[in-house]
Order: sequence, then C-alpha cells, then structure tokens
Amino acid sequence: MSTKRTVFFIVVLTILMAIFTVGMVQAATGDTTPANPGGSDSGLVWWVWPLILFVVTFVLGILAVLGGVGGAVLYTPIIGGFFPFGMDFVRGAGLLVALAGSLAAGPGLLKKGFADLRLAIPVALIASTAAIAGAMVGLALSDAIIQTAMGLAILAIVVIMFLAKKSEYPVVEKADKLSTALRISGVYHEPSSGKDIDWKIHHTIHGLVLFVGIGFMAGMFGLGAGWANVPVLNLVMGAPLKISVATSKFLLATTDTSAAWMYMNAGDVIPMIVVPSIVGIMLGSLMGVKILTRTKPSAVRVLVLVMLTFAGLRALLKGLGIWK
Amino acid sequence: MDNRESIKKVSTMGPSDEQKRYASILGVCMKIGLLGIVITFILYLTGILKPHVPLDEVSQFWGLKGDKYLEEIGVQKGWSWVSRLGEGDFLNFAPIAFLAGVTTLCYLAVIPLFIKKKDNVYAILAGLEVLVLVLAASGVIPSGGH
Repeated sequence: MSTKRTVFFIVVLTILMAIFTVGMVQAATGDTTPANPGGSDSGLVWWVWPLILFVVTFVLGILAVLGGVGGAVLYTPIIGGFFPFGMDFVRGAGLLVALAGSLAAGPGLLKKGFADLRLAIPVALIASTAAIAGAMVGLALSDAIIQTAMGLAILAIVVIMFLAKKSEYPVVEKADKLSTALRISGVYHEPSSGKDIDWKIHHTIHGLVLFVGIGFMAGMFGLGAGWANVPVLNLVMGAPLKISVATSKFLLATTDTSAAWMYMNAGDVIPMIVVPSIVGIMLGSLMGVKILTRTKPSAVRVLVLVMLTFAGLRALLKGLGIWK
Repeated sequence: MDNRESIKKVSTMGPSDEQKRYASILGVCMKIGLLGIVITFILYLTGILKPHVPLDEVSQFWGLKGDKYLEEIGVQKGWSWVSRLGEGDFLNFAPIAFLAGVTTLCYLAVIPLFIKKKDNVYAILAGLEVLVLVLAASGVIPSGGH
C-alpha cells in the first residue's frame, strides 16, 4: 500500500470513528443538540459510552501497531481528554491496557529470544518500584494537576519520539562492569539478514537511573513506558533495536503491574471502562498486525504523533481550565 | 566471531531455561486471564449475576475521584471486592486481578531455576521483584486519595 493510500485509509478511519461517535450520541439522546457527556443528567443510554470506548480503542489499537507506539501512551491522554471518565479510572484502565498488551506479546517475544529476561529483570525491578511511588503521588493529586502535568508530559514525549534516532545495531565497544557481572548479553538470529547478532550493553548504571524516572511517570500518569524504554535500552545502553523493542514490550508487564495494583487497591477500576478498553485495543492490535505489512509505518507514525500532540494540548488546556 | 561459531552459539544458547519457563507459564496464564475477562463481562452485561451498581447507574459515578466513587457505592478500598464476587460487576475483578498477578507467578516459577544454576544474584533480584509486586498488591502501601 502506498504512502498516500495509507494516509487516506487512516484519515477515513478516523473520520468514520468521529461520525460513529457523534451518531451514537445523537441516537442515544434523541435530539440534535450536542450531547452533554457523562454526569447524571447527560440523558445518554448507559451503553453508549462503553460502546464508543470499544470502537475508539479498537482504532487506537490499529494505530498503535502501525505507528510503532504503545497503546497506553495513546489511550490515557485521548480517553482522559475526550471521555467523561475521571482521570483515576482512565489511568487505572490505561495501566491495565498496557499490561494486557504486554502479557499477550510476552510469550512469543521470549521464546524467539528477542526479549531478554536477564536484561529485563534488573530494569523491571527499578522501574516497578518507581512506578509504585509514581502511583502514590499521582493518586494524591487533583485531576486538574494531573491533566496539566500529563499534557506537558505528552508534548515532551512527542518531541522525544520525533527527534529520537534509532540505532539498529549500536556500537558497544566493551560491555561495562555491571552488565558483565550480571551477564547481560546474548545472541539472536535476525531473520531479515539471516545473520546471528551478538550483543552486549554498556552505560548500565545510567540506564537504570533513567528507568527510575520512566517508572515514576508510568505510575503517575497511567501511561505505558515503551516510548521511553526503547530509546534508553537502545541509545543509552546499546542494545540492538529489536532486542530493545521486544524487551521493552515484555518488561512493561512488570512495571505496569505494580502501578496497576495501586490503582486497583484505591478503587480506581471500573469494569465498564476497563474491559471494553482491553478487548478493543487487543482486537485493534491484531488487526493492525495484519495490515502492517501492507502499510508504510513512517506515514502512520506521523499521524500518530499529530494525534498525540492534539491529545497533549487537550489535556494541558483541560487541566488549566481553558478548554473544558 | 564467524558465522559458524555464531550458529553454534545460538544453537547451544538460545533462550535460557528460565526464559522458556517464564514464557510457557505466561502464555497459559495470559490466555486464561483474557478469556476470564470476556466471560465475566458477559455475565455482568447480561445481568445473570446482579451487579452492586446497576448498569444504568454506572455513568453517575465514573466521573468521580476513585475514593469518592467507593464512598458513594458503599465499598471499602483494597481487597474488599473478594467478598463481593457474587455481584456481577465485582466478579470482573477476579480475572483482572489474575492478570495482574501473572507476572508474580512467572517470577516465582523462575527463581528455583536461578538457584539451581547457582545464579544467586538473579535469584535475589527475582525475589525482590516478587516482594515489590506482592507489596503493591497487598494494599499496605498507602495509595493516596484526596
């Protein structure tokens, strides 16, 4: 599929999603005025928002795969910005969405040797501990502060994703002492080239320090951490890109599990929000994988960055009370 | 290292035993959890099990803060949902909690392999991770609130 067709397909899909959303809301209220989302006086039939949520998360699942981003980094700001759900529930659901996606992908990535357990374990320990702290802080803040901070964070993420280079096979002259002591290294078979790739890492301490911040943000904002995991594993620690992406996807389960438990224990899980989200994004991801081979990921990635920018601005302005 | 040595290394290395065990347990548990989520949600939507909060009233609460929501529906924080598994909405917590617990199960499963290989550092790291996850799940860590 050419770039133009890819862009056309995604734009049409997004427009259809918007039409469907407005149409469902109109049908449910039976009038022609814009619906008042959420609240006890919204007049919407109870199943409308969960159904819209399912459709939207299905599209997000497709876009996440095509754009090479995690589902949760799209989910939390978009659902938090445009749906009538409180941010506590959106963040709790976002973490469970990221968790479910990671659990689903984990077995295959581990068996093929693309995700590395020895690399993941120390990183995950740091990140998951920091995620608990992030969740504690995040749950103590008001929605307005969270929206504002998340908006700024999302905009920063967009900049990072736009500027960050990727190195397929970083040059690591020599493994550092810590990674050598922990025996973090490996060999994997690269199907595209038919070669076996030896890899090792360096700057392990630097990477672990960065994972403190990554875990904290994941817990605080209910975001997946793939947008940060991959650059740190790949560009800072020197793991090959494929190992970095796969290990990042795998270790999300550990990072997000610890934060998800905090949100669950705080009562921030509503099944009517969580289940349609998980099912929607997972089905969308499956669809995205099927059409991935026929699209140009770079074009879709631009669209995803535009959507994230919009969602980040929305969160920021909503938090500041400018765009309610 | 030339290609023949690489292939030999791959064929003798490949994913470690711990990695394979982690993957196997993860694969099975993940499918059980996701299937459980779908089944319990269907039970919830069909009303086969009466929910604590009627379906048409959920929207009155989903805009609230979490602690306010619990206060409004008369439920305690933490693991109180366990005593409410007979209610359609809270039954959904069972597979959700199972999915959240899968990672802990996998870590517990690989610790013996690390010990067997005398890889004490990773046995300790994995044990610490189990501790972190159990602490998070236990509810003893205060989770904020307004």
